[in-house]
Amino acid sequence: MGFQLLKLKETVDFMKWRFPAMIFSTLLIVGSIVSLGVNQLNWGLDFTGGTLIEVGYEQSADLEAVRTIMLDAGYTDAMVQNFGSSQDVLIRLAPREGVKAVEIGDQVLATLRADGTKVDMRRIEFVGPNVGDELTEQGGLAMLAALICILIYVAMRFEYRFALGSVAALVHDVILTLGLFSVLQLEFDLTVLAAVLAVIGYSLNDTIVVSDRIRENFRKIRKTEPVEIINISLTQTLNRTIITSLTTVLVLVALFYKGGALIHGFATALLFGVIVGTYSSVYIASAVGLAFGISRDDLIPTEIIKEGEDQDPV
Amino acid sequence: MLNKTPFWKYILVIFVVAITALYATPNIYGEDHAIQISASNNAFVSEELKTSIEVTLKEKGIEIKRIELENERILVRLLDSDTQLVARELIDSKLDDDYVVAMNLAPDTPDWLDALGASPMKLGLDLRGGVHFLMEVDMNSATTKAYEDVVGDFKLQLREERIFYRTVVQNPDSVDVIFRDDEMLEKAQFYLRNQFRDLSITERDDLTLRAAFLEARLAQIRDAAVSQNVTIIRSRINQLGVAEPLVQKQGQERIVVQLPGIQDTAKAKEILNATATLEFRMLDEKSDVRDALRGRAPAGSEVIYHKNGQPYLLKKQVMLTGSHIIDANSGVDQYGVPNVSIDLDSKGGAKWSQATKENIKKPMATVFIEYKTTGERDVEGKLVFEKKEDIISVATIQAQLGSSFQISGLDSPTEARELALLLRAGALIAPIQIVEERTVGPSLGKENIELGMTAIIWGLAGVLVFMLIYYRAFGVIANIALLLNLVMIVGIMSMIPGATLTLPGMAGIVLTVGMAVDANVLIFERIREELREGRSPQQAIHFGYDNAFSTILDANITTFIAGLILFAIGTGPIKGFSITLMIGIATSMFTAIVVSRVLVNSIWGGKRVTKLAI
Repeated sequence: MGFQLLKLKETVDFMKWRFPAMIFSTLLIVGSIVSLGVNQLNWGLDFTGGTLIEVGYEQSADLEAVRTIMLDAGYTDAMVQNFGSSQDVLIRLAPREGVKAVEIGDQVLATLRADGTKVDMRRIEFVGPNVGDELTEQGGLAMLAALICILIYVAMRFEYRFALGSVAALVHDVILTLGLFSVLQLEFDLTVLAAVLAVIGYSLNDTIVVSDRIRENFRKIRKTEPVEIINISLTQTLNRTIITSLTTVLVLVALFYKGGALIHGFATALLFGVIVGTYSSVYIASAVGLAFGISRDDLIPTEIIKEGEDQDPV
Repeated sequence: MLNKTPFWKYILVIFVVAITALYATPNIYGEDHAIQISASNNAFVSEELKTSIEVTLKEKGIEIKRIELENERILVRLLDSDTQLVARELIDSKLDDDYVVAMNLAPDTPDWLDALGASPMKLGLDLRGGVHFLMEVDMNSATTKAYEDVVGDFKLQLREERIFYRTVVQNPDSVDVIFRDDEMLEKAQFYLRNQFRDLSITERDDLTLRAAFLEARLAQIRDAAVSQNVTIIRSRINQLGVAEPLVQKQGQERIVVQLPGIQDTAKAKEILNATATLEFRMLDEKSDVRDALRGRAPAGSEVIYHKNGQPYLLKKQVMLTGSHIIDANSGVDQYGVPNVSIDLDSKGGAKWSQATKENIKKPMATVFIEYKTTGERDVEGKLVFEKKEDIISVATIQAQLGSSFQISGLDSPTEARELALLLRAGALIAPIQIVEERTVGPSLGKENIELGMTAIIWGLAGVLVFMLIYYRAFGVIANIALLLNLVMIVGIMSMIPGATLTLPGMAGIVLTVGMAVDANVLIFERIREELREGRSPQQAIHFGYDNAFSTILDANITTFIAGLILFAIGTGPIKGFSITLMIGIATSMFTAIVVSRVLVNSIWGGKRVTKLAI
């Protein structure tokens, strides 16, 4: 056999740490919720509405000069910042009333070009206030729908205690990811929402693999305490859990550093989500399942085992 | 014997991989800068036109890569973007308004692939640059207008029936008819209920009848308002010269407009917001049109040209404007002659009835008025609009007409269809407003593709190296499976007509690369476990694959559910992400489970193996 990340001879007693882990997670969740309540999310244009203009200059842009131009032109609420590189400038304007709102982007561009500077239009985004509200609603709805569908699937495929455990892990991951965006005040736009939903998918992937092994071991190993079964299962799947997280983190790091500024938020959410998801599949999902009382009786197959079935084929 | 692949499985794998790889190949060939010429109204593209364009470009020393005539359009492939600009100007100035000259990036797919229906992936606006508009139709004004008509109809018909009322009042969502006594109210209620089946008529206190549209009729009004706007926007976009525009209804009251490759968004917006109207005017038969052309037109008349170029002398007085037209449809009369039937609202109907009564047996012209940009800008930098008047038909009034009548004297069913469309376009039921705009400049689009590709390559390289070191020989197999997986994603994305690649979609591919190896990791870890438990290599492979299967399936189905929900609620780029994610899940299961098993079996299966390089 080739080399292995961890050569575990003994079963690791993961569940010994489940109470400290629960406390740790609870603290993080409370912290996230508090931050979401106090700082809220830094909603992106997709949700707030407004106008965003990204322009490219040939040399490094003088942000102060751009701010002055914008002020002089009467855009007192303009937020001017670099985006990705020093040549790129991002200008944000709050939503405003009136039919003319849609023309602001072009007007700003004309203003910046007025003195003959070569300004490259990179993108203009305008979102009406109603559209933003609808998106917020849809986004929340999507997340709920995803959680419910997954809950139903896992409950059908496994057992409701597993379903509760895995959904608890998902909620944990989503809240922490949102919390991170709130604490760091990173912009939360549609692509980040997509990333959060992908985190749900990923975290679940991990949890299912662990749950599957727990179920298998309950059937295979008799006369052992549930805690011990869970520990054995976690130990057995630990290598896989780490390797998959590693390859996923590997590509996400590539995405973060090479994918450009537009995809930063997306990569950040997923990177964080994958790491938290790996942790939660070990501690939250199993621990919650255990707390609800997973036992062998719920999982023993009802069909009669045929004579000789467990013998290896030749 | 263990680990032998049945023959059909080889065939299946080879077949699936070959097909997807074949359809993925057009993506290798890149794109040409091209000019696309298509005909709009009365013109058509022909071999002669193609030759003449070819000659014109050659005279100016512009090198052409290839020029094609297919699907009613001419495609001129050029060498670079600079010549594309010059060539467009040149061709545009040479051809008249009947042709749409658009810049396009045409995939340079070889003929044999083209014949198989293979084409490269479609790129989203965030990758190719362009404008995305979300427009909202003002439904309030649509229903208000409909209630206005109800008020008119009520007044007219009650009067005709000699049912006396005190007044008819229009509310935002209903119409109230107020009476003097109960008897009239009863009579009116009976009559109106029979006449207006799409209204719910209820009796209220104070001798009042309240009429409101039934939900079905309201939906119909809303639908008509949106469809009409879609038609109008489509016809206007032709002026913009966009190669592959998309105009689509979204939800109940919104319209999505996507114009790839457009750079001047200001122009696009102004044209979308421009209006067209329609007027019915009498011909001035007392004077000679030739005199008028020499500048001696009578005071109350003016010369207006027919679409076919013939001048007519029309009275300046307008009998009716297009705003009274509710609906227009093309059809044929009992002799098979094409005509257009028009429905007017009640106000228009009354006016029309009076006007036609006075002008029986006299010729009348239908004038279509459009505000088009001249391409010039005034001092404020605003585009200059030009009023363009065209006579679209001249017909003789045969009898006094009511609110429903027909225009005949049309040459062909096609002409009838077009006239009906123009008539409908002339009567804008509900104004539209842009509620969302997303414009991506061409430089950013190109940059996004490069960034996405770099991320995919780095991510892929990292995973390939890791798998190779960690699983050695089996790592090679996982890597082959991973690469095939990428080819299959690209192939399937190219095959599905609705699938577009967006920047988040590329991120989805990166993510898939990272997660796709999971299935192989699960299987390989399982094989290692089986080996540790003392099974023979053959048994370890067999049980490794078997035991990991249900886990892989469960894990992937749940991720697929998340993808499906994203697809259902997402728009644009997010949809792109969910599509690549879902396709990636499906293909990765195929490559990681089926393809890798076939490979493993063909290397180790069916023979004595004492040691596995895993």
